[in-house]
Amino acid sequence: MAKRGQGLGKVLLASMLLTLTVALGGCSGDKQDGDSEKVSDTAAASHITIGIPQDLDSLVPSLSQGAGTQEILYNIYEGLYKPDSEGNLVPAVASDYTMSEDGLVYTFTLRDGIKFHNGNPVTAADVKYSIDTCAGLNGGEPVISAFSNIVGVETPDENTIVITLKESSSSFMAILSTVEAAIVPADAADLQTNPIGTGPYKFVSRSLQENVVLERFDGYWGEPAHIKDVTLKVLADSDSIVMNLEGGAVDLVARISTAQAAELGDDFEVLEGTMNLVQAVYLNNAVAPFDNENVRQALCYAVNRQEILDFVSEGKGTLVGSSMFPAFGKYYIEELNDLYTTDIEKAKALLTEAGYPDGFSFTMKVPSNYQQHVDTAQVVAEQLKQIGVTADIELIEWETWLNDVYQGRDFEATLVGVDASTLTAGAMLSRFRSDAHNNFINYNNQEYDAAYAEALAAESVMDDDRATEAYKKCETILAGTAANVYIQDMCELVAVRKGYTGYTFYPLYIQDFSKLDIQ
Amino acid sequence: MKRKKTYSPNFIMGLVITGAMLLLVLAGFIHTPYDITKMDSTAKLAAPSLKHLMGCDNFGRDIFSRVLKGMGNTFVIAVATVTIGTVCGVIIGAFTGYFGGLLDEVLMRVNDVVFAFPSILLALVFVSIFGTGKYNVIGALGIAFIPSFARIVRGEFIKYREMDYVKSARLAGVGQLRIIFVHILPNAMPVLLSSIMIGFNNAVLAEAGMSYLGIGVQPPSASLGSMLSESQTYLFSAPWYALFPGLMIILMVLGLSLLADAGK
Repeated sequence: MAKRGQGLGKVLLASMLLTLTVALGGCSGDKQDGDSEKVSDTAAASHITIGIPQDLDSLVPSLSQGAGTQEILYNIYEGLYKPDSEGNLVPAVASDYTMSEDGLVYTFTLRDGIKFHNGNPVTAADVKYSIDTCAGLNGGEPVISAFSNIVGVETPDENTIVITLKESSSSFMAILSTVEAAIVPADAADLQTNPIGTGPYKFVSRSLQENVVLERFDGYWGEPAHIKDVTLKVLADSDSIVMNLEGGAVDLVARISTAQAAELGDDFEVLEGTMNLVQAVYLNNAVAPFDNENVRQALCYAVNRQEILDFVSEGKGTLVGSSMFPAFGKYYIEELNDLYTTDIEKAKALLTEAGYPDGFSFTMKVPSNYQQHVDTAQVVAEQLKQIGVTADIELIEWETWLNDVYQGRDFEATLVGVDASTLTAGAMLSRFRSDAHNNFINYNNQEYDAAYAEALAAESVMDDDRATEAYKKCETILAGTAANVYIQDMCELVAVRKGYTGYTFYPLYIQDFSKLDIQ
Repeated sequence: MKRKKTYSPNFIMGLVITGAMLLLVLAGFIHTPYDITKMDSTAKLAAPSLKHLMGCDNFGRDIFSRVLKGMGNTFVIAVATVTIGTVCGVIIGAFTGYFGGLLDEVLMRVNDVVFAFPSILLALVFVSIFGTGKYNVIGALGIAFIPSFARIVRGEFIKYREMDYVKSARLAGVGQLRIIFVHILPNAMPVLLSSIMIGFNNAVLAEAGMSYLGIGVQPPSASLGSMLSESQTYLFSAPWYALFPGLMIILMVLGLSLLADAGK
């Protein structure tokens, strides 16, 4: 009998252990990390570990694609100018600039004594090299398409850079201030493995899919960063964010969900802002049935966006009706939010008109590292059932999303957020021109192309009112033709361990580590 | 008085647990109290009650219904995985064990290579090539399970092929295939059966692990593993969300382990 009892005990224990291993597998590894970091935390007292949802797609600013990459590179690299937390452009590598009256010639003065992370001074030649690379003047295609407007970059003396444009453009300075147009050393061997910029943090090391380590750059020209060491830890599994925070493996995670925020204990402060992006079900306008405007409109009528907000984020978030979010101020059209109020009957009628009276099914690809998108996708799928449309959710990795969906355009529908790299209307709207290289939804509308061309024409003669009108027309066309099923600008919740202060929200997709501090 | 045949308590317990689990799986195929994707904003993370036996998840979906369907998914994947593993394993094991020679050498070395890979890694490679989803997980785990079955069956065949009854069958002119499948295979059955049970348990855990990693059953469908993964965020505010799927995994594995144990 005793023997039997033992056998049972063994089996019980074994099966429980097995299950526990499965249940806790996701976080056991991280915990050890956390413990060691906690120790160093109190010892050095100047270190922070920040959780990021994906690894950086490139360390070369001009080649970076993901918003999640560029918001990090913002701390390492700087352009001639850069955006501040108010959305204004402030001098960075340049200390000043003047524009000729016809708006074609920009003259920049190089900041005195500014140095790269490797200690070398920044020269006018470095600036020329960087801008030329982005504009495709060193050979090759322009990396930043708006830079094809640049005729040439001259360096009349060691501290002056003169950029000449083909046509004047009121958005030129904004584009020049993006991370992509950052200034890099002309003689840098390989920025991918050894990134060198002028930002408040310098690169130390990187372990793929695991972490990126940064250190304060003591030779920084501006106000130096407060915290010496910053470790960015890749948390590709969004389910493990709470565990990582509570366990002490990370101290700060931006863009957590309301559910995750509710789970956090007293050790954390949750800050609230907006994410500054447009979350939508992006539809591949080139594949059936989404090549049919009626079908796209039917989806818009079937989705109840307020209900999505209630389910996913406790009602937090701002509804959007087109590819523009409120932080843009004058370009944002609030009325478009009411274009498609939920109307199941109308949606069904539109589907019938389009030849799908019984609905259809499609695959919606969702990056698995963004919990909010995964949650939203499930609510959307449930709502679409009411009109007989089946949305099969396929969770994919972020890298796969970039490759297959964004670049390969191999998808039917995808639920993500699209952000703006500058506060210019073009940052949100240029991608929907039929020939835009980043028009990943294959939107093709001649009226739109014409309206966008009109906006550019108005900008080139500095007629801001006319340009704004034209951009608003673009937004109205996008909404009217239901290019995508627009949902919301998500509310951004940032979890910060108590003791860390200074987290600053930007009107753009930016994380500024230099303002963080320890109490 | 005739002596009654006694069963060990382990066996009875295993039988009861496994039977109950099978009933639940069957019930889930036929009917669930709620639509498993039906969302209810008034019942978000509701605690267990008479209306919702196991409470509700973050979308207000009934966890009991989802556990029933999830068990079904887990069960189907485990059965299919073990079937692939057993059928292919038996065929490979039988032929290599019976014939030996070059075929044996080549196939068994390939077998060793597959065996040397951690099965989760192998499954991950498979899934990254063919994509995620229920059927791909079945394929991935199935392949990962072949080597262990092949080895066991091969060992049995090597043992039996030199036995007298096999030799006499051969002398009597019985066909090779008939000897393999009719004469030897039944003798290998006891060993095979217990490894099928253990294999099933491993498959349940492997499926849970894969779905936990987000590469198995895709939302809004449920499997026990994916429910565990989703419930992680709510571990403190809604512990029942993690508790019940976890409990079901334990019971499924425990029931069959007891049976396999008693069968030895």
